[in-house]
Amino acid sequence: MKTESGLPTLGATRGACGVGALIDLNGRKTHQLVEDGLRILCNIDHRGARGAEEKTGDGAGMLLQKPHEFFHAEIPTLGDFDSYGVGQLYVPKDQWKQIALKKLIATVCREAACRLIHWREVPTDNSDLGRTALLSEPAVRQMFIEPIDPLTPEQLDTRLYVLRRLIEKAVQQSEICGRELFYVCSLDRRKIVYKGLLTCKQLQLYYPDLSNSRIKSSIVLVHSRFGTNTLGAWELAHPYRTVVHNGEINTLRGNLNRMRTREAVLASEKFGDDIEMLKPITGDAQSDTAVFDNVLELLLESGRGLPHALRMLIPEAWNKDKQMDAKRRAFYDYFSTIIEPWDGPALIAATDGYRVAAILDRNGLRPCRYCLTRSNIVIMASETGVLDTPANEIVFQSRLKPGEMFLADTLERRIVPEQEIFEELTTHNFSGWLNENRVRLNEIVKPGAEVEEVGDVTPYQRASGYTLESLRCLVQPMAEEGKDPIGSMGNDTPLAVLSTRHKQLFQYFLQLFAQVSNPPLDYLREDLVTSLESHIGRQRNLLEETPEHCRQLFLESPILTYRELETIKHFERFRSCVIDGTFAKGTSLGTAIADLRKAAVDAIKHGCEILIVSDRKIGPDRVGVPNLLAVGALHHHLIRSGLRTRAALVLEAAQPCAVHHICTLIGYGADAIYPWLAYQSIVQMGRENWLSAEVGETLSKFKKGLEGGILKVMSKMGISTLESYKGAQGFQAVGLDPDFVREYFTGTSAYLNGVGLDEVERELLEQHELAFGNKIVGNLPLDAGGDLYWRRDGELHQWNPATVGQLQYAVRTGNYEAYREFANYLNNQDQRLQTIRGLLDFDIDEHDSIPISEVEAVEEIWKRFSTGSMSHGALSTEAHEALAIAMNRIGGKAGTGEGGEQIERFGTERECSMKQVASGRFGVTINYLVHARQIEIKMAQGAKPGEGGELPGPKVSEEIASVRFTTPGVGLISPPPHHVIYSIEDLAQLIHDLKCANPAAEIHVKLVSEAGVGTIAAGVAKARADAVLIAGDSGGTGAAIKTSIKSAGAPWELGLAETQQVLLANNLRSRIRVRADGGLKTGRDVVIAALLGAEEYGFGTAPLVALGCIMLRKCHCNTCSVGIATQDPKLRAKFGGKPGHLVNYMRFVAHEVRELMAELGFRTMDEMIGRVDKLRQREISHPKSGQIDISQLLYQQPSHDVPRKIRDQNHKLEDKLDHLLIELAAPAIQRGEPVMIEVPIKNSDRTAGTMLSSVIAKKYGPNGLPPDTIQIGFTGSAGQSFGAFLARGISLHLEGAANDYVGKGLSGGRITVDTPKDAAYVASQNIIVGNVVLYGATSGEAYFNGMAGERFAVRNSGAMAVVEGVGDHGCEYMTGGVVVILGKTGKNFGAGMSGGEVFIFDEDKGFRNRLNPTMVRIDEFKEDRDLELVQRMLANHVIYTNSSKAKRILDRWKEHIPKFLKVIPAAYAEVVERQLAQGKDVRVAPPAPAERRKVA
Amino acid sequence: MADDHPNGFLKFARKPIPYRDPAVRIGDYTEVYAKDWDEGQLREQGTRCMDCGVPTCMGGCPIGNIIPDFNDLVSRGNWLGALARLHATNNFPEFTGYTCPAPCEPACVLAYNNDPVTIKSIERAIVDRGWAEGWITPEPPSSRTGKRVAIVGSGPAGLAAAQQLNRTGHEVTVFERDDEIGGLMVYGIPDFKFGKYQVARRVDQLQREGVLFRTGANVGVNIPFQELRDEFDAVCLAIGAQLPREVPVPGRQLKGIYWAMEYLTKENRRQSGKKVDAMIDAHGKNVVVLGGGDTGADCVATAHRQAAKQVVQISINLRGSDERPVDNPWPEWPMIYRETYAIEEGGVEEFNVNLTGFVDSDNDGAVDQLVFDRVEWTYEKKDGRMVRTAMKVREEGLTIPAEVVLVAIGFQGAESAPFANTGIEVTARSTIKTDHNMMTNLPGVFAAGDASRGQSIVVWAIGEGRDVAHCIDTYLMGSSRLPASLRTRNPPIGKL
Repeated sequence: MKTESGLPTLGATRGACGVGALIDLNGRKTHQLVEDGLRILCNIDHRGARGAEEKTGDGAGMLLQKPHEFFHAEIPTLGDFDSYGVGQLYVPKDQWKQIALKKLIATVCREAACRLIHWREVPTDNSDLGRTALLSEPAVRQMFIEPIDPLTPEQLDTRLYVLRRLIEKAVQQSEICGRELFYVCSLDRRKIVYKGLLTCKQLQLYYPDLSNSRIKSSIVLVHSRFGTNTLGAWELAHPYRTVVHNGEINTLRGNLNRMRTREAVLASEKFGDDIEMLKPITGDAQSDTAVFDNVLELLLESGRGLPHALRMLIPEAWNKDKQMDAKRRAFYDYFSTIIEPWDGPALIAATDGYRVAAILDRNGLRPCRYCLTRSNIVIMASETGVLDTPANEIVFQSRLKPGEMFLADTLERRIVPEQEIFEELTTHNFSGWLNENRVRLNEIVKPGAEVEEVGDVTPYQRASGYTLESLRCLVQPMAEEGKDPIGSMGNDTPLAVLSTRHKQLFQYFLQLFAQVSNPPLDYLREDLVTSLESHIGRQRNLLEETPEHCRQLFLESPILTYRELETIKHFERFRSCVIDGTFAKGTSLGTAIADLRKAAVDAIKHGCEILIVSDRKIGPDRVGVPNLLAVGALHHHLIRSGLRTRAALVLEAAQPCAVHHICTLIGYGADAIYPWLAYQSIVQMGRENWLSAEVGETLSKFKKGLEGGILKVMSKMGISTLESYKGAQGFQAVGLDPDFVREYFTGTSAYLNGVGLDEVERELLEQHELAFGNKIVGNLPLDAGGDLYWRRDGELHQWNPATVGQLQYAVRTGNYEAYREFANYLNNQDQRLQTIRGLLDFDIDEHDSIPISEVEAVEEIWKRFSTGSMSHGALSTEAHEALAIAMNRIGGKAGTGEGGEQIERFGTERECSMKQVASGRFGVTINYLVHARQIEIKMAQGAKPGEGGELPGPKVSEEIASVRFTTPGVGLISPPPHHVIYSIEDLAQLIHDLKCANPAAEIHVKLVSEAGVGTIAAGVAKARADAVLIAGDSGGTGAAIKTSIKSAGAPWELGLAETQQVLLANNLRSRIRVRADGGLKTGRDVVIAALLGAEEYGFGTAPLVALGCIMLRKCHCNTCSVGIATQDPKLRAKFGGKPGHLVNYMRFVAHEVRELMAELGFRTMDEMIGRVDKLRQREISHPKSGQIDISQLLYQQPSHDVPRKIRDQNHKLEDKLDHLLIELAAPAIQRGEPVMIEVPIKNSDRTAGTMLSSVIAKKYGPNGLPPDTIQIGFTGSAGQSFGAFLARGISLHLEGAANDYVGKGLSGGRITVDTPKDAAYVASQNIIVGNVVLYGATSGEAYFNGMAGERFAVRNSGAMAVVEGVGDHGCEYMTGGVVVILGKTGKNFGAGMSGGEVFIFDEDKGFRNRLNPTMVRIDEFKEDRDLELVQRMLANHVIYTNSSKAKRILDRWKEHIPKFLKVIPAAYAEVVERQLAQGKDVRVAPPAPAERRKVA
Repeated sequence: MADDHPNGFLKFARKPIPYRDPAVRIGDYTEVYAKDWDEGQLREQGTRCMDCGVPTCMGGCPIGNIIPDFNDLVSRGNWLGALARLHATNNFPEFTGYTCPAPCEPACVLAYNNDPVTIKSIERAIVDRGWAEGWITPEPPSSRTGKRVAIVGSGPAGLAAAQQLNRTGHEVTVFERDDEIGGLMVYGIPDFKFGKYQVARRVDQLQREGVLFRTGANVGVNIPFQELRDEFDAVCLAIGAQLPREVPVPGRQLKGIYWAMEYLTKENRRQSGKKVDAMIDAHGKNVVVLGGGDTGADCVATAHRQAAKQVVQISINLRGSDERPVDNPWPEWPMIYRETYAIEEGGVEEFNVNLTGFVDSDNDGAVDQLVFDRVEWTYEKKDGRMVRTAMKVREEGLTIPAEVVLVAIGFQGAESAPFANTGIEVTARSTIKTDHNMMTNLPGVFAAGDASRGQSIVVWAIGEGRDVAHCIDTYLMGSSRLPASLRTRNPPIGKL
């Protein structure tokens, strides 16, 4: 979305949601099914969202088969079912506009040989709608269309498809007023879509049709939307014409670009010449689902079957799956030469009117549960239990697995097994086609020297923007270690556009990353879904499949070696062609690009299939076109010319020498890169005694480093494969001219309009002159750089020898004047432009100024201050506590960071009031949560958004381990995503869970500034968070890859302004508090943040400097010599900071704020929030920034809302089941008396037991109550987060099934789930609990009488559990506890697992193939302690759940022992053995023997 | 490398290249530093540098030596690479490697709470190695601009300017009034602190690169200043600031009271076998050195070597404290007491001394006693410097025997007398006035070094020379590719 003329935000909107489908396999069309569909919708209401008012939903809708009987009754003249199509349209309410539209449509129909036989006014009832929905409400009309000539049903379908496109285009191109309201919900012979900007409940009320008993269908798809923006978005409701979708397509931009270029070669017998009328197939300004729907529809209408089309767009993770059937692999392999995967979290259900197919993305990032009833009805939804169905009615229950497809066919009256689907899809001999046509580069590479002859590369380096630092700090470590190097303490240098120094074009592009609306991936632990492989060469008609289609060159990696490039250049089967990427000095860059484009087009027209753009001719007389500019210019030009698919774009490029360079090149369309100068530089470095390894080795390590880096950057965006990342343009441009971006980087969000082609050219020529002009003896061979580490004559850093010392001097002596000197240095940027706020000035009217005495006191202002969340673990205890003490003294907030907090600190001055919940969930217990005043959900962190973290073993001291519930000396991994948040509605769920865990705490969500963050923030507001933090990219004490520190995320000013604008535009601002942080240092910074819309202000680095940090940037090395970022006791002893130093700093900042407030005339901070009118652009003379336009930033968003938080979120806690539980458990709560409770439960009862746990934890502390004091029996289907953070002393028993996140953060309680006795399905094969069960559990027990979904016991650090089977990624990142699994596991078991033990009953002996052996080993199951432990757990399992499987195993225990395997992390095993040798058993003790459950 | 040795400082203690044993060195005139050093030790010391994020050492070094880079290169044994890095900011690293007080070291991040990296030793080792390996060779420019520049004065500023200007292709002539090239580096600094061979080989390098030298050329005295202006496209005055500060107390006219520089120069000339008029010899005498600075220390050490009976060095200032004062925080240059190499060899230091008179008690016309008060000062920090504001007398009329008094209380400006009638403007501090392009009020006439900035240390002089070369090149050519040295966006520590 885009606010009127404020900041552009990426993508149209983001939505995620709840999905449901009902299919009567017998093909019976009933109204009951429609009614049931509406009921399901109401039961997944919590997955959708509301807009600014409770009465405005984000969208709800239903797709059903065309209700012919109903229409026929209404319109007696209608022919039979197959003779006509019905269109469901949004039209303007105005009669005159409608008439004009109808006239136009009738004309188009005639032209398309159709007859418009009837218009029907669809009755609607808007009495219940909220204001936002009413304001944008269209009228709904149905039109009935017959072909003029008789057509077969299939022909009619095609005709209607073409007709729809014609109508859409005709309306768009017309002059009719209100045409922007026009929208075709569906126009189809087989199906129809009822939808709107509605809540789930409103759908039925709004469309009385749906209650009509004549409306019948055997297929129903329903959808409840959670969109990040709601304004007038009637058409954004699902279902679309073919699909409902829960999730997000991350790769949309690349997919769109490629679709556009494929259009040129689309051909199909079915459409003939009509194909031209369909174009463009899809458009820019649409949601990801709409685009997907458009493309799917094209594939379907061109004749591909539903499963086929879906499998082309969303393939499984096949590249690394050795178990996969060869024919199926060949299918995927073949189609990967035709189309790239559409990647991202997705549950997509689609229908062609007869069949329903549902498909899950390769990572399984959305839930999908289904069951089959005795009456042959399939119920499928995001959750189980959405339609109340007795257990004895259910014959089969399951879930969709990652990458899996489900197909229900009403014609064949059955669920078609996937294997069978593939037999149909693999009728062609794809592997034969591939063998004959596809060429693998690694098989044809000619032998020869790996390294070319290298002369003096220095002038080339200089001309290409290399610096001493990029060689020393990026190239050298990659060549030596094969990894992108790590750094710390964030980024404090100016944006490229603000810098006075030469910057490469790469540096104007900042990486986007996944946050909230889709998750980043863990490419290390979950590498099976990732791939850097690709096919390059000519792509052919999307709508056909022939052997020639796969006549392409297969690359294992986009980074080529010298020999590989030489092979490509001289390979005869593919025509390659080298075009010169340099231009003669004296020619202009613009001309050079035009020439380059012409050369490329000519080459392709002459049959070139592999374009090699080479800048090897750079020299004294020839200048290289900046590689990224060459790529962008060619890629987009070829797209526009329809030629892009005709040839691959390969670069022989001088500039790229770091991961970010490579990623931008690929992201803007390069297919492969030979970074010749980087390789040559390594050779030269080796020759000059700079490297500690042989040349051959360094080159391959460097390549490996780049490849790992690409994977990381892709993962950050949640993209799994290079094919999808290519051209996906996952960047925002900051500081570039919008026309420049539009021309060469089309579709990229551009912020801070600035540098264009002229400036790029000027810098390029200057650099060239320096490189090839006369050499001056003694001068540095290259620019020093100084981007990463301060260099005196390098890039400007805000933290430098002057500021660090000055701030410390000021805070230690309490000298405000000294602070002012520090602040002036940073505030006055006339000579040293550093930040976006340096471009701003206050609009001070002296008449408004007031005496400082009238401004609110320092003590009021500094309450709004907080310190950034820096973990105890990253920081020493001393530093961490000093921060907390200081902030408590001033009434501000200190954050725990993600490492938990020592219990001893609770209730003392050393306690952090803001407790973080991050992906690792270290130390997150119910007790921790109830002690918080604020709970911070960290979605991303400024230094490394989209990444996880690792705490290396040596840093895990006794103290750290005990706080984090892990084992000392064993390294810890924080996953990149929260595994309970893959989507916005998941975040809403976590917010709800945490609110239940501590209703008094404010829940805030930490986001990192990037293009589109405002949209995410709007989603966060709708997810009912109390506050949102927009963190800038610059802060960050954490260790991170240098690529990420420098190239990911945006400054807070941009994100904050965007957030404020979007929240105001959506009328959401007044219910959420906005915080900003990321490099705030002075009072002026605070005032700017306030005026841009922030109410609270976080400081990270400056407080550390005040406490003695001297910016060594060695946090990741554990060698911090001032005792701040280290766990080494000797170094910790050197910590010299005092809380008073920080208090002084905060006082100084607040005082400076007051001074500015007096000048501006604000008496209170509240008056100042969001007063963007008080800012204006500053006049600055700066080589580049003279041209910056920041009016977007200063846009004053019109809104009905208030620019700061004035009301509370409605957390919807009042009707929680837990109120009843708390009431019934009163004797236990008050007196510790045992109680027994029995209650029914349904899927909308979420987070059961958590508020009760909160009460217990508040009263009884970390130890809770004695086990089983409160026993609660539930029957039914439990909603999400059943038993989350369950406290010790509470036992939950459920008969039925549960959804995702059971026992999340389990804190000592016990959860048991068993199968209803009358169930018609087999317990051990039934999915009884959903995904991500026991995530972050710290202690307690769980017994599940059935199978669990994906990611069981992820990050478990102490719970004991028995389950009868698990999905993929079981026990990932587990650090403690015991899990016994009595059945199959999915793939990638035990990835990243560093502690705890798992016992697997491996009956089919297939477990080893499913294990990720990187960190764990398999031991024999024979040790007495282990036997006793497992026996006890199984005995308990039988008692709690009546598990027949456990009973069978125990009955013949001796016989079954050999079938068990023990999985234990190698590092953990060593620690255990070492401790055992010292007589200490650090492992979990067996649980107490179970007692048979009594029923109340 | 980045994080190759983040923990070097935890593994190795600071161990600089030592000085020779005072008892031994006091008996000779060879350099006081150990002659040889161990490569392994220096490489270990190089690893003590953690390659930190804000290398304050570079801020402490006025000329911005790229210290972390060469530390790392040394730790890797890449001496040649290290030498190139060092030469990129410093034309004469041995001048500083041997004589610099090394403000970089207290600015090192390790100096925050530990012993800093031995930056100075590493610098010396790199350049020693460079000479020993024959890596330092003349590198004449590839082409000539046809422009001629005259440089007056051949101290470190003049020489640095000469080399830089020559590198860009200008034809440079250096005018030196003395009989040797090198200025203070030759006659101002004692041999045992800086061997003259070190200057000679640099002069040789410069000569081979094409710089012309004229000794005995006292501009304004035996060469008319106007001649330079006529014959050269630009003139640079790098004449130093050798006009000594006077001691305005009774008895100043007595014999036996000498300027420190006169004393040191004579000894230096004697060492180099040159003819010396009216040699000042402290043999068997009570020597008092006025002034607690480096020149004073050199006088003390010279007097020891001349076998003085007793040497007392007196300072008007308070003895520096052993700890950093609160308002003199890291990474500023610490105002603390440091024992000089000279005092290490013997002698007495007196502080808080306010001299009240020179006494000739035996009336032979020569001084034999000093009279002074013991005082206490109040200090105030002004522009980053401690300034004495008020005095209280604690003890009055103390005396000390003194047959030789050496005045080393600083200099009051450039010896600009020869230029008095040229119209060149001077400042109140008697330095030559220049604009921000280092040009005097006379077009094409520049001034640099002590002559314009006032008395300072060698490293500043080198920086001044580099800067003036940049300015002159810009003046002559319109722009310059010579790097700035002191005048960058990042001025040395102490000034925000």
